Amino acid sequence: MSAPLVQGFEVVIGFETHVQLATQSKIFSRASTAFGAEPNTQACAVDLALPGALPVMNQGAVACAIRFGLAVQAHIAPRSVFARKNYFYPDLPKGYQISQYEIPVVQGGAVAFDWNQAAHEVKLVRAHLEEDAGKSLHEDFAGMSGIDLNRAGTPLLEIVTEPDMRSSAEAVAYARELHRLVRWIGICDGNMQEGSFRCDANVSVRRPGQALGTRREIKNLNSFRFMQQAIDYEVRWQIEQIEDGHAIEQATVLFDPDTGETRAMRTKEDAADYRYFPDPDLPPLLVAPEWVERERAAMPELPRQRASRLQQQYDLPAHDAGLLTASAATADYFESAAQASGQAKLVSNWMMGELTRRLNAQELDITQSPVSAGQLAALVGRVADATISNNAAKQVFDVLWQQGGEVDQVIEANGLRQLNDSGALEAMVDEVLAANPDNVAQIRAGKDKAFNALVGQVMKRSQGKANPQQVADCLRAKLQ
Amino acid sequence: MSGPHTWGVAECAQQLEAGAVSAVELAKHLLARAQADTHGAFLALNPEATLAQAAAADARRAAGERGALLGVPVAHKDVLVTRDWPSTAGSRMLANYQSPFDATVVRQLADAGMVNLGKLNCDEFAMGSGNEHSAFGPARNPWRPSHVPGGSSGGSAAAVAARLTPAATGTDTGGSIRQPASFCGITGIKPTYGRASRYGLIAYASSLDQAGVMARSAHDCALLLQAMCGPDPLHDATSLDVAVPNFAAELTQPLKGLRIGVPQEFFGDGLASDVRTALDQALAQLLALGAVRVDISLPRTELAIPVYYIIAPAEASSNLSRFDGVRYGHRASNVTDLADLYGRSRSEGLGAEVQRRILTGTYVLSHGYYDAYYLKAQQIRRLIAQDFQAAFEHCDVLFGAVAPSVAWALGEQDNDPVASYLADIYTLPASLAGLPAMSVPVGMGASGLPVGMQLMGNYLQESRLLALAHAYQQCTDWHTQSPGSQA
Repeated sequence: MSAPLVQGFEVVIGFETHVQLATQSKIFSRASTAFGAEPNTQACAVDLALPGALPVMNQGAVACAIRFGLAVQAHIAPRSVFARKNYFYPDLPKGYQISQYEIPVVQGGAVAFDWNQAAHEVKLVRAHLEEDAGKSLHEDFAGMSGIDLNRAGTPLLEIVTEPDMRSSAEAVAYARELHRLVRWIGICDGNMQEGSFRCDANVSVRRPGQALGTRREIKNLNSFRFMQQAIDYEVRWQIEQIEDGHAIEQATVLFDPDTGETRAMRTKEDAADYRYFPDPDLPPLLVAPEWVERERAAMPELPRQRASRLQQQYDLPAHDAGLLTASAATADYFESAAQASGQAKLVSNWMMGELTRRLNAQELDITQSPVSAGQLAALVGRVADATISNNAAKQVFDVLWQQGGEVDQVIEANGLRQLNDSGALEAMVDEVLAANPDNVAQIRAGKDKAFNALVGQVMKRSQGKANPQQVADCLRAKLQ
Repeated sequence: MSGPHTWGVAECAQQLEAGAVSAVELAKHLLARAQADTHGAFLALNPEATLAQAAAADARRAAGERGALLGVPVAHKDVLVTRDWPSTAGSRMLANYQSPFDATVVRQLADAGMVNLGKLNCDEFAMGSGNEHSAFGPARNPWRPSHVPGGSSGGSAAAVAARLTPAATGTDTGGSIRQPASFCGITGIKPTYGRASRYGLIAYASSLDQAGVMARSAHDCALLLQAMCGPDPLHDATSLDVAVPNFAAELTQPLKGLRIGVPQEFFGDGLASDVRTALDQALAQLLALGAVRVDISLPRTELAIPVYYIIAPAEASSNLSRFDGVRYGHRASNVTDLADLYGRSRSEGLGAEVQRRILTGTYVLSHGYYDAYYLKAQQIRRLIAQDFQAAFEHCDVLFGAVAPSVAWALGEQDNDPVASYLADIYTLPASLAGLPAMSVPVGMGASGLPVGMQLMGNYLQESRLLALAHAYQQCTDWHTQSPGSQA
């Protein structure tokens, strides 16, 4: 595909994403991984690197890596190796991080997604297992730094792409797809505020046809908005530098959301020599074919497969199917409501509209929705059989959201049943026509506005219970 | 010389069973000797904790429990962590360090009813072969206190030889059980790598470290080894998932026709003549027991020295990074910044030999040197292991020296660290291959200091080594001699 150029430069982006795996315990110890506990209460002898403590592999973390490998159609290495990355930092208790280096467990593969209305993919180099470090707290103690080792040893899957992406928008689309995927297959809670999904973007620019430019790595991007801002700023900055005749120096940079700028943390000159070597405490990680098959059998239908199935099975537009598969829970909600009501498109409209609006306003997840799939199904059923109008349905939805309840009871209790008696409706239409001769004259003169005013009059007379479509049909018939 | 301190493990168990002594009485007797010790064998005693364990053992016996180790005293090398005694690894870095947990081997011996007398001196982080690199002063050879007991498990060897304990734990990375056992005239065994859990063993070189037993006889070694070994899947990923045989029951397996391989490289010019003489006599004795001599070659024996002194320091440089002054251990005061905290805490807390190995290890793992040193060493390590497998096609047990000479005088090797590295030549090959090996006393050198023979077996064949040593000890008395009985 042809890459969009920025001021005559081609942008080249690769991603490294740290995905925190949703295991109960840490990658090499039995301490809990729950977020938000009091500092240093979830760190055992292994996490504290006490003398004599040894790491033991958490099989659950390996299972997560296998599932990811299957989801991106990668090679699952039957034998992979953990290495030690040696450096000193106070929140790194052992003085080294255990990480897969030369032989990672997931090799190759690609993340597929729709981009510019077409199927597209970003190739992966690898995904490897490693442990997280603790946290240094520099603000809380005057003249000292606090260390919280609760996070130390939390399992991470680091997912590395090829330098395949050519714009910040494409990069964000990739990140969103990856985010959806890891949550979908249940290996990550996807909570970006809590650091469960952190992206590093390697960015460089070049004139088309030239060799890759020198890259700078933007660390720890933990929102999609910052991701785009940071990359856009970085691209502009690099182009400016080159146009001003400066060479780009390889560096690690941080994005400051307050200024919208990136700034260098360290350059290549002060890059540490990590002295990687295979960790003698951990034998090579062996993944038997049977294990891979067990995980494969337990894999859910993947998001893009499910979207395409929803599109066909429920006769939905591609746009709807895409939105309804934002998460597995969203798709489950949809299918449950669509099957119960037989009104797939109505359910889809309600979910993309009212439901999403309300969930977003209260920052709720679909699984926390006060209105269940069953309630929504009952509601759209009543719209479909013309028991209530769309407006009345919104009122019912509001009651369900605020107070809960059963759809038919809410309709009765609030007198929202639509007037479906054609004799009574006709009488009301006749009264309104008789009372508004001016409007009738205008309509006959071709003014549609006047027609809508008459519909409104009838609706008002029916106290909102008339079916607007029926009212319009009846009015048209009488006016002919 | 008589009294309960002259009893070995099996005899202690018999006396306890016969009711001749209680575990508490036995512990008190040995604690008193430990308190009066002049060999620098012990680093820490906690009589209250010892006597509580002894009382518990007596209670278990009173409740009808029986066991070959119930109530029998033991003492632990200080690189094995213990909840009720400090665990210093012989380092100022960990002076007064108190572990919140017991090492697996410590716990398993306690579960078997053994009573811990205290913690034993050793070279700092098990780095050394004379016990001269302990931050808390050297341990001395009970046969001649001006001489080293060997190392790094020097305190363990001295304590057993001086009859301060019937048995002790040791750890062996490149010979640290076998060489001090040889220097102090006792019996020591390092099992197959992975036989005994490393959980709670303060790491020196993870791919080599192995806990084992130091005692007065092969029989006593078998009794402790039985309790120490076994899989530990929840705590040590390198522990072997294999059942532990009944070592004591297998002591009497027939030896007729057992092929003893004699590697020519173990009998070259570097071997002192008095050691050679003692070994010749020992071999003749083994042949008299029905074994058959097979001359073999371990062609890469000499390479074991550079290979070991690359791999072990490489692992050590990483293993000891955790001693940074941040969470526990020695922390420099009045530091100016983080680099100063690290630099001074480590410079003050770690001794010269440890620093030397950290620097060596850091160097060989560095970018640009890794392939030439570490990777090459790993390749040769595999070849050394293959040499052993080739040898074991022609023989069942390998026989050779433990060390080129008897114990040297304290301070003799102070200015020449390489000389002491070279003296490890006979113990390093089995360590690098992960094979079980033991040292058995077979005589005295010209200066009147003990000489040991080394027996090496194939993987998991500790029983065969123990049986051969046991048969030898049934018809010789070197293992029953003690410094006191000679004086």
